[in-house]
Amino acid sequence: MLRIKRVPTVVSNYQKEGLEEGCGRNCLRKCCIQGAKLPLYTFKRMGNLVYEKDLIGDEKRVPPVSFLDSLLLGEWEDRMQRGLFRYDVTVCETKVIPGEYGFIAQLNEGRHLKKRPTEFRVDKVLQSFDENKFNFTKVGKEEVLFQFEESKDDEVQFFPNAPIDIDNSPSVVAINVSPIEYGHVLLIPRILECLPQRIDHESFLLALYMTTEAGSPYFRLGYNSLGAFATINHLHFQAYYLAVPFPVEKAPTQKITTLGVGVKISELLNYPVRGLVFEGGNTLQDLSNAVSDSCICLQDNNIPYNVLISDSGKRIFLFPQCYAEKQALGEVNAELLDTQVNPAVWEISGHMVLKRKKDYEEASEENAWRLLAEVSLSEERFQEVKALIFGAIESSNEEADGTPKCPKELGAMSKITHPTAVPGKQECLVLH
Amino acid sequence: MRAHGIGIHRCTKETRRRRTTMESQLGLIDQSFDDQYSTWVREALDELPDNFTITDPCISGHPIIFASRGFLKMSGYSKDEVIGRNGRIFQGPNTNRKSVMEIREAIREERTIQITLLNYRKDGMPFWMLFHLSPVFSKEDGRVIHFVAVQVPISRKWRSFGIGFGRNGGNSVEDESRLRGVVFGSCRREVCADSMAELACVQVLDAYVELDRGLDIEESCVASDLEKQKAETAIDSILSVLTHHSGLTGRLVCGKRCSLAGKGLLGSSLNISLGRIKQSFVLTDPHFSDMPIVYASDAFLRLTGYARHEVLGRNCRFLNGPDTDAEAIFHIRDSIRTEQTCTVRILNYRKDKSSFWNLLHISPVRNASGKIAFYVGVQIEEGCKNEGDQGLSPKMRQLGAVGAVKVAVRTLSMGAGSSKS
Repeated sequence: MLRIKRVPTVVSNYQKEGLEEGCGRNCLRKCCIQGAKLPLYTFKRMGNLVYEKDLIGDEKRVPPVSFLDSLLLGEWEDRMQRGLFRYDVTVCETKVIPGEYGFIAQLNEGRHLKKRPTEFRVDKVLQSFDENKFNFTKVGKEEVLFQFEESKDDEVQFFPNAPIDIDNSPSVVAINVSPIEYGHVLLIPRILECLPQRIDHESFLLALYMTTEAGSPYFRLGYNSLGAFATINHLHFQAYYLAVPFPVEKAPTQKITTLGVGVKISELLNYPVRGLVFEGGNTLQDLSNAVSDSCICLQDNNIPYNVLISDSGKRIFLFPQCYAEKQALGEVNAELLDTQVNPAVWEISGHMVLKRKKDYEEASEENAWRLLAEVSLSEERFQEVKALIFGAIESSNEEADGTPKCPKELGAMSKITHPTAVPGKQECLVLH
Repeated sequence: MRAHGIGIHRCTKETRRRRTTMESQLGLIDQSFDDQYSTWVREALDELPDNFTITDPCISGHPIIFASRGFLKMSGYSKDEVIGRNGRIFQGPNTNRKSVMEIREAIREERTIQITLLNYRKDGMPFWMLFHLSPVFSKEDGRVIHFVAVQVPISRKWRSFGIGFGRNGGNSVEDESRLRGVVFGSCRREVCADSMAELACVQVLDAYVELDRGLDIEESCVASDLEKQKAETAIDSILSVLTHHSGLTGRLVCGKRCSLAGKGLLGSSLNISLGRIKQSFVLTDPHFSDMPIVYASDAFLRLTGYARHEVLGRNCRFLNGPDTDAEAIFHIRDSIRTEQTCTVRILNYRKDKSSFWNLLHISPVRNASGKIAFYVGVQIEEGCKNEGDQGLSPKMRQLGAVGAVKVAVRTLSMGAGSSKS
């Protein structure tokens, strides 16, 4: 069993160890939730083209700040003024590091507490939900901004004061009280169902819709699996605004294949962390499923990973990683450990939050690269994982066609030798 | 459970609002030319054979304000379908997202970019072109007035017979030459013996022929030196037309930034971002004496009845009048002094001297250094029928505007090499 010790990020003001029961704090559990109301935003399910959203109405210009943006930013600013955040992130100095990629560094001494570190198990990507640990039903209702659901009426709607449907758990957007940037929120799918931190098709599609609804290429969503620096084992995504390109978005890519459903999959080139890029798709759902199939494959194979949804849902990055494992095995350079940077999705994408002034002042593209290179899978291992992923995508595409399901020998394999994957063709991957 | 559905209002309020917005936008577009250049600039631009568009980053939406004849022919759109729209309407499913991002960044950083890009005609046909974007600077204060974008269709060699065009996959040389003949025919009808136009026709045709259905479109495309030269030459001629005609109004422009941005003026990237915020608000700069207004939204101008040049550079106190409560003014001043947010209900006056109750919310806005760069003041006219009602309470919309301003100011001041914001 591999573990590392670190101070978890506090995302809610109620995230304490040894919580008293029976709260009276207006949380989202059975004790308080009856009759509770929250604003509700419902989005319209998209039809065919991913581009349909751009062509709606006369708004073919750079659209005005979208409704969802106004709602999210307005509610966020409201919570700022009510003092719900642990610090004012806009006071934190931030800069783009000069260099080819423009890594972003922020000096944030307040984000990481001077607390006693907790132990995290890092060798199991799938762990079952533990009621006793902190989860998002324990947050105070004031930390929740609004419910986010699919519309039943085929159009975008907003209800300023909608009751929470306990039987059909809504998905909600809540604040992250230790924000990396202005507008940092958490998207919690079907919060009352208390799903563990693992991606499923429906949840990922919801996350993708959030980026398309926001309509700004600078509003990005991220996901960290367990073992890849997720702090809380309750299904959640993170999101915030940053109006500069992320370094990973600038990296060149090389196309691997285009799936039958129009999803183009490429490999990142010349970037410290190896990863895949998903784009296109005949429908948003096709794109979503290609990514979630890949994530599920990684989860089932116990490979930690991070996901970045960028460009308003048009480009999705998938990074399998192994830093936590290396850390547990004592294989990480002490100098890097001292920076206390836990390379989760934002760091991997190129946004580094630094705790020490020295690290901030000396931040360079070279340093950032060096840290992130430690996170990446080796070339050999990445190719193996890539083959695994393609096998999973292909077999799931076949199932959709009604042809016989591929033998799922991908299951509990730890060693893969000479996979016979032929990406892009309708052949079954069989691993020996 | 009542919905403040956006959909419910769509038929009546939305259409009316959109129509008014479009009308006022077209007014702004005309003004964009008239303020800067002499009356004959449009004719002069129309005489240029190149494909290009001119956009104005200061108008909300960063719309196209001019499209050349060549551009309209190339893209298949009519003038009315293009003016007022943003360049993204020419993008489509196979347009490389990374290239789009690079163009966005060049605009943000107010610099030139030359990049190959896949665009789509009105009829849906994709085509590759060399896209060359250049900012146009005001000589007076160095700010970006317009962007000029030149599009040179990329012509490629004939491929093997196997490549067809159009959706049927018909693969014969006869098909291709038949199409070529048709194109030539219509070209000849319009333009007589103009070798440039003929060349353009051939180039456009070549670009089409290379296209396939959907998935087989090439990943990238390289422009030839000749095409790059064409782009450079085009930009030069356009800039020289603009410079000449701006000389006649005395408000000179040039292709390179000649002077530092003027006192307190915002870079165009911040202007573009702020232009997306629909609420009435101003940005004031506490670093200059008397805290002048450095940005005023269109909605603010509509609310108060002033023109932009009448408010920029002035302190907000011109909105106060005979019956404005001194205590409210004091409260505002005090909050600013202590760097706090504040909300006051204050009696303000429009240009025509009529008064209105202003639910004013003021907040400090920090930039990437973490220090206060501006103050934002968001106005709500009490009792006013909410324009474009979106179901958000006035307070929420006010805070939403504050949030959007904070995001824009903070992140747009981060870049190495981004202009003053």
